[in-house]
Amino acid sequence: MNAKIRKIIPQILTLAVVALIFGFFTINAQTNMENRGIEFGYGFLTQESSFDVQFSLIEYDGSHSYARAYLVGLLNTLLVAFIGIIISTVLGVVIGIARLSPNYLIERTAAFYVEFFRNIPLLLQIFFWYFAALRALPLPQDADAILGVFFLTIKGLFVPRFVWENLDIFFYSILAAFISIIVIKNYAKKLQENEGKQLPVLSISFGLFIILPLITFLIGGVSLSFEIPVIKQLSTTSFVYEGGLGIPPELIALTLALALYTATFIAECVRAGIQGVSKGQKEAAASIGLTPNQVLKLVIMPQALRIIIPPTTNQYLNLTKNSSLAAAIAYPDLVLVFAGTALMQTGRAIEIVSITMFTYLSISLSISILMNWYNKRIAITEK
Amino acid sequence: MKKLNFLKPDIDNLNIYLYSGASLIFLAILDVFLGSFFKISIFSFLPNFLSFLFPLIIGTIGLHLIRIEFSGVKNLDLINENFNTNNFNAILSLLIIFIIIKVTPETLSWFILDANISGDTKEACTGSGACWTYIKVWMRRFMYGMYPNELQWRVNVAFLILIALAFVGYLPSEKLKKFLTLYYVIIYPIIAFILIYYLISGGAFGLEWVETGAWGGLSLTFIVSFFCLIFCFPVGMFLALGRRSQLPTLKYISIGFIEFWRGVPLITVLFMSSVMFPMFLPEDFFMDKLVRVIIAISLFEAAYVAEVIRGGLQALPKGQYDAAKSLGMGYWKMHIFVILPQALKLVIPGIANTFLALVKDTPLIFVVGLLEITGMLGLAKTNPKWLGFAMEGYVFAAIIFWIICYAMSKYSYNLELKYKTER
Repeated sequence: MNAKIRKIIPQILTLAVVALIFGFFTINAQTNMENRGIEFGYGFLTQESSFDVQFSLIEYDGSHSYARAYLVGLLNTLLVAFIGIIISTVLGVVIGIARLSPNYLIERTAAFYVEFFRNIPLLLQIFFWYFAALRALPLPQDADAILGVFFLTIKGLFVPRFVWENLDIFFYSILAAFISIIVIKNYAKKLQENEGKQLPVLSISFGLFIILPLITFLIGGVSLSFEIPVIKQLSTTSFVYEGGLGIPPELIALTLALALYTATFIAECVRAGIQGVSKGQKEAAASIGLTPNQVLKLVIMPQALRIIIPPTTNQYLNLTKNSSLAAAIAYPDLVLVFAGTALMQTGRAIEIVSITMFTYLSISLSISILMNWYNKRIAITEK
Repeated sequence: MKKLNFLKPDIDNLNIYLYSGASLIFLAILDVFLGSFFKISIFSFLPNFLSFLFPLIIGTIGLHLIRIEFSGVKNLDLINENFNTNNFNAILSLLIIFIIIKVTPETLSWFILDANISGDTKEACTGSGACWTYIKVWMRRFMYGMYPNELQWRVNVAFLILIALAFVGYLPSEKLKKFLTLYYVIIYPIIAFILIYYLISGGAFGLEWVETGAWGGLSLTFIVSFFCLIFCFPVGMFLALGRRSQLPTLKYISIGFIEFWRGVPLITVLFMSSVMFPMFLPEDFFMDKLVRVIIAISLFEAAYVAEVIRGGLQALPKGQYDAAKSLGMGYWKMHIFVILPQALKLVIPGIANTFLALVKDTPLIFVVGLLEITGMLGLAKTNPKWLGFAMEGYVFAAIIFWIICYAMSKYSYNLELKYKTER
């Protein structure tokens, strides 16, 4: 009896405190909003937003609704996160492996990179790239073409735009290549388990991946041409590029800083993962006659990935959350467009900040649920 | 004597391979060195694209020639093991060496040789390098923000006293040592708060009042990270204990709290503290911007600290809990004397990482209009008298942050070694 009471009392007390705090906040919020004449509600989302966004992946202008502005911001955030994750993964894996290199110079260079970029605040790095490094680039009229088609100027990077014909057929061919690669992989696995023969899966996959799309070019009527950016003079001093695809400097600075910063953490995850596989595993694998490539592919990597993937996903999440620093250099991401401009115009602090937080929260939670499921699946089942 | 085979160097003709290889490498490095320091190229008679690649090619050939295993020459074996295990490694080593040689003169000239530091105006900067005059003139702003110049001694004194008090732990005798934890966890933060409140903020004892809006620069970075560090640790500890608790309400409230803060970016938390939080308070109730920011960052980082400490709690073998219970210890006694000391020791690196992240997150307070060093740089670079020195400013701030963070990580590494106990 006594023990039961001792368990219940603290619970009731905490619940009461939490309820009191929430109640206090709600009552205050109500009176405050009444005094300012605002009514709580999400109806404003359908109203005309009447502000412009410089960079948008979907069609948007001031006549669209706030909900669409939200979508524009969210897509821009996801774009930065996507590019950043790809670059940081490639860089992180290379540097993580370099840190384990027997070559002293390579190992030190990788260590220097990690120590250097990890110990400087991300915001400072973003500012550095945006305000110092990218501002030193030439004006549009002075820029030299890189490889004849790229223009790196103070106004951003201008690259050729792809102009496709019959894009859907090309897309289907890639899909077909993927499916056939999976089928071949399964077949190769069966072949090895039943007869002990090995197929060169990697080269076959590469071949398929290149040949199938190529065939569509020859007989499927798919064609690809490039629209190269061309400089155009507006007045004596102002020049713009026409055609092609313009990548704004904000996006370049942000992805560059995010990727370089996050790569240091991913590199450490990769290093820890490879080091976490005990030496005995390598030696055992070598002693049963596997080639070094097979040791890496069949013994080391499956075990190392189990250690590497969970913390790396965490870093991807961090990168996505850190992309909100875009607001500092006026890249129109979710925070700037929605929690910045839209909030200024409507004054609906509670609704807008809660929507923004809820968005990030749902991204984080869904990825961590996915991660938990994956962890359970790959966990070593001990006997 | 064996026949010479330059594709396969062997030990029999060691000296020939060694001398020819070494001279090729020397030639390669000399060419890059002269090219980068004196703009002279030995191989300028070659076509342009070749003279660029030539040092790399002959360097690789040279390294190939000296790659002789078990040569018996100690230094040669050392070089081969560390830089020259195969052709790929040789090329990478050479590339790194060449890049270092190429970059050195430019870096040196930008930082020191062509830089200016004299004078008080922009016109004093005539060299092609950095303009450190800019940093010199703005130094007080970068360090103290808008804090009045003649009162800055108060900030210095407060920090000096705080540093001195932090070292008290080394002084007392064995008898007083058991009170140290109490001192650091409760007394020191209170002293720190009083010091900062009365000395930096002023308003009493004849000291002039300086509002928090005027605080800034590096000193604000220190103040914010210091207080957040002090607050987030106990909150995080309670959250971790709550998450491991057997009581369902406590457990789920803790989980909800932790997952909420970990799921949102800090910048939205600061937005919340500046635009949304005032709506939740009574109208006549005013809370200082700096206090709101410190609370927001503390709660945010507490969630991360909680997860780190939970890792430590989970890593302890169950026997420790059972042993403590079998001695008749209650929940709090068990945690204070048995569990937490061991768990905290295990998670020193994790906690240090969280604190590092906290220090690196402080520049974000620009969102609510507080300008620590990064914010001050933004202000200085838009000053019409000092346009065009963004690079110097950011390099300066980067060096300062790098030193702070690197020192912290090295310190935590030492702490980890000091408290490492074998199990």
